[in-house]
Amino acid sequence: MSKFQKKRGKASPAISTASLPDIIFMLLFFFMVVTVMRNAELKVNVVTPSASELTKLEEKSLVNYLYIGKPMPKWQNTYGTTPRLQLGDKFATVADIPLFLEKHKVKLPENKRGRITSSLRVDGEVTMGIVQDIKTQLRKSDQLRVNYSAKKEVEAQ
Amino acid sequence: MAKKSSKDRLSNEVNAGSMADIAFLLLIFFLVTTTIAEDKGILVKLPPWSEEEVDPTKLKTRNVFSVLVNADNQLLVRDEPATIDELRERAKEFIMNPSRRDDLAEKPTKAIISLKNDRGTEYKTYLKVYNELLGAYNELWNEEVAANYSQYGDKFHDEIPFAVRKEIRGKIPMVLSEAEPTTYGEE
Repeated sequence: MSKFQKKRGKASPAISTASLPDIIFMLLFFFMVVTVMRNAELKVNVVTPSASELTKLEEKSLVNYLYIGKPMPKWQNTYGTTPRLQLGDKFATVADIPLFLEKHKVKLPENKRGRITSSLRVDGEVTMGIVQDIKTQLRKSDQLRVNYSAKKEVEAQ
Repeated sequence: MAKKSSKDRLSNEVNAGSMADIAFLLLIFFLVTTTIAEDKGILVKLPPWSEEEVDPTKLKTRNVFSVLVNADNQLLVRDEPATIDELRERAKEFIMNPSRRDDLAEKPTKAIISLKNDRGTEYKTYLKVYNELLGAYNELWNEEVAANYSQYGDKFHDEIPFAVRKEIRGKIPMVLSEAEPTTYGEE
């Protein structure tokens, strides 16, 4: 009995928090590395459909994004509700695509330009008309690697 | 004397107690701004642009698996109405033709899938159809690996060396031609 009491009397002091900043810093660096600052504010509503045969996009810097969807409610007064294309952070038309692609291309080293992928982030409800026009324009601009952005399908089992 | 002691205290090292707070603040900032973007999708290679239209009449009908999607998102597969669910199995049967029927593809290398949609087709449906057709090929490639490349065990076709993958794709090439869409259902 006395043995136990002795131990209790000598109870160790509080856990040292000296390593706390280190742990926090480690977490901080992790998040700093994985963070991608969203460079474009979405002005169109995009809910990508789901699919099962997906490929992961490899290098972020080699990807340019084309958004297609209905304008968000606060833009509907100006731009209506028909699906529209958004390039970068502004509304655009199909004719603006070549310049957009060129602007992205010149930022990259020459040896990587062949691997540029266009990610089409298209809302599921959009009809194929506008998508087709954009595909045609991409083909004319010789941008043939295209990725139809989609979510992983949740299998019904 | 008292003055001197206060100077001594000044030269003490910086208190690192607030370091954790600063780090926490930064951490929370990055936590909030982070979007671990899972960017996945169906990768396709569009055909280069050319002015002249391809003439499909040169192809034998038995080698063409035509899929039409109309503005109401209904499917017409080889001139019969069909549903998306049966598309994958039918495409697989068409490509491999296991029972050597004379209305399906002569051999996998000659099989062509022709996809045509309307301008009024929903993108969702289009992508689903595309996904099924791509899925049919993926399954065939995987079966090919399991059947003839047993050294890779039960790996999927996209996990094996590139040269072997190319060989498999030579045996079962994916030819998916997309025709210019019809314009009946233009919004």
